[in-house]
Amino acid sequence: MTATLEVRDLQTHFFTRAGVVKAVDGVSFTVGRGKVLGLVGESGSGKSVTGFSIIGLVDAPGRVVGGQILYQGRNLAKISEEEMRQLRGNRIAMIFQDPMMTLNPVLRVDTQMIETVLAHEKVDRETARQRARDALGMVGIPSPDERLKSYPHQFSGGMRQRVAIAIALLHRPELIIADEPTTALDVTIQGQILAEVQKLAATTGTSLIWITHDLSVVAGLADDIAVMYAGRIVEEGEVSAVLDAPLHPYTVGLIGSVPSRNKRGEPLRQIPGMTPSLLKLPAGCAFRSRCARADEVCLQEPALFDLRPGQRARCFHPHLEEVAA
Amino acid sequence: MSAVLDQQSATVAADTPIIELRNLSRRFEKKLDFAGKLAKRLGAPVREETVHAVDRVNLSIRKGEVVGLVGESGCGKSTLGRMVAGIMPPSEGTVLWRGQDVRSLNPAEAREAKLRTQMIFQDPYASLNPRMRVEDIVGEAPQFHGLVPARGFDTYVDEQMRRAGLDPAFKKRYPHQFSGGQRQRIGIARALAVKPEFIVCDEAVAALDVSIQAQILNLFMRLRQELDLTYLFISHDLSVVEHLSDRVVIMYLGRVVEQAPAEQVFARANHPYTVSLLSAVPRIEARKRAFTTVQGEIPSPLNPPSGCHFHPRCPHAHERCKVEVPALKEIAPGHFSACHLNDRA
Repeated sequence: MTATLEVRDLQTHFFTRAGVVKAVDGVSFTVGRGKVLGLVGESGSGKSVTGFSIIGLVDAPGRVVGGQILYQGRNLAKISEEEMRQLRGNRIAMIFQDPMMTLNPVLRVDTQMIETVLAHEKVDRETARQRARDALGMVGIPSPDERLKSYPHQFSGGMRQRVAIAIALLHRPELIIADEPTTALDVTIQGQILAEVQKLAATTGTSLIWITHDLSVVAGLADDIAVMYAGRIVEEGEVSAVLDAPLHPYTVGLIGSVPSRNKRGEPLRQIPGMTPSLLKLPAGCAFRSRCARADEVCLQEPALFDLRPGQRARCFHPHLEEVAA
Repeated sequence: MSAVLDQQSATVAADTPIIELRNLSRRFEKKLDFAGKLAKRLGAPVREETVHAVDRVNLSIRKGEVVGLVGESGCGKSTLGRMVAGIMPPSEGTVLWRGQDVRSLNPAEAREAKLRTQMIFQDPYASLNPRMRVEDIVGEAPQFHGLVPARGFDTYVDEQMRRAGLDPAFKKRYPHQFSGGQRQRIGIARALAVKPEFIVCDEAVAALDVSIQAQILNLFMRLRQELDLTYLFISHDLSVVEHLSDRVVIMYLGRVVEQAPAEQVFARANHPYTVSLLSAVPRIEARKRAFTTVQGEIPSPLNPPSGCHFHPRCPHAHERCKVEVPALKEIAPGHFSACHLNDRA
């Protein structure tokens, strides 16, 4: 099976007045055809910047300074803006946390969707409208014909996100990058969206990068997980491997602090301290200052070690012994 | 086990609840302005709109209890929290503070009751004055209310900050110099500085990262023990509420649909809405599962469905649900549910 996307040693840095922020610093992963990769991390871990780098939407002062983003043998980091434009929204689509980032508030939904179809394909307007209607139906919007004539403000938050997903699906992309698309939604609505997305990934063979801070969401959705911390992947592997037997102390801490993993009423297992500023990262392992296992060895930069079949972690003292769930 | 329960209920009966809500309602009305009135007179289809944000809610909270209030957007949970905290007057119904109607208290008692109830807000960015130093944010209220002598003021502020997990060395700083989690700690220190007994937390951890959220939740639990606090913990996150609460109240479109001890709700949910809410929560234990979903959208509170508000989305709805509002009935000791299905069994 060939991979849809292969990212190798991606580096995206922001050149600010205060110094160089290495938001993404040597990230590598592959997404197989029809697979879902959960990219997990807390604020400032670089998960969203990784997504933006792939689709070529990193704004100044940020820049992809190194590495390769291989899509069908082409390096997206090196192609021209025009070539990127042809791929973006066509072969690779993105869904944002706030659907109003995708939708234009002063245009009707049909105008926006038809425009998107026509931007990449030479079809007549009627065919484009059909495609738009089918896409709305596919994401579970009732009476799509009437809804096409509505403006974005006439939709509820959950419905808007469905419209944004429908737009992403218009060209049956091979890869969708979803950046926290359900974070702002209520749980019942989030459940509906996750169900639709899961169905779509299974039926259309679209690959998905699902960026989130919520491990519980990707647990039920993803095939593989990559956990990011301070611009690097600290652990990656199959969902059940990473969630059932995490290796990196950060992953262990993250899973431990999920309330449902703790006994009711007892103190939650917590990670002390907070995410270090990317401007002044300590030498060696970035998690060192918050880690109970850290010692002098951790002053060296750990590599991503193959520790179990299909599971890698960037740590000198991984949790290789059985972890009590 | 039953002996423990008996003992618990005996002590509960002995003391009056710290706060009690009786038939509490809050309506928001949009009155027509001059142009609207004119348009209406000329036959335009405009009308005054009323939202029943909170609709006849009864709730009592005992001293030392943690009550979790759960619901989706627009269910009225924040409005209820604000009325409980005394920062928004109810349209109807009464709030009782230690068994006394807050409106019947004399001014000194009313101020005392208000001071004993504090609120912690969701957004640690919007709820702190950006132009005030931390020491003033934390110290202003106790100073104003004369809770600390001028001489002991500095040490008092230091102590409040330390208790919330902040280094007093930072007390000359402004809110923007802190991270989200630390700001939430400032908000907590501010609330605790006036020695409250009852705290309303409105989505107090919703804006925080998972690892920081765990730190703040632990702080809440530690403070509860240290200071003998009572909490109304408002959240949309069931897993947080499950972890923290003794009792859980579930709201849907302004009404309480279910209320029970926490274990009961999560083990034996009765109301179909609670059941679907629980099944929609993503669980970290789940693997590649089919997400089960509740059908439909949350209806607009401007125009809520007749009868049981949940009937258009409910898989078990029958004729009666469309016309009659179900009453909140006790279906097991301490377990209340507002569903007609309980009459059928």
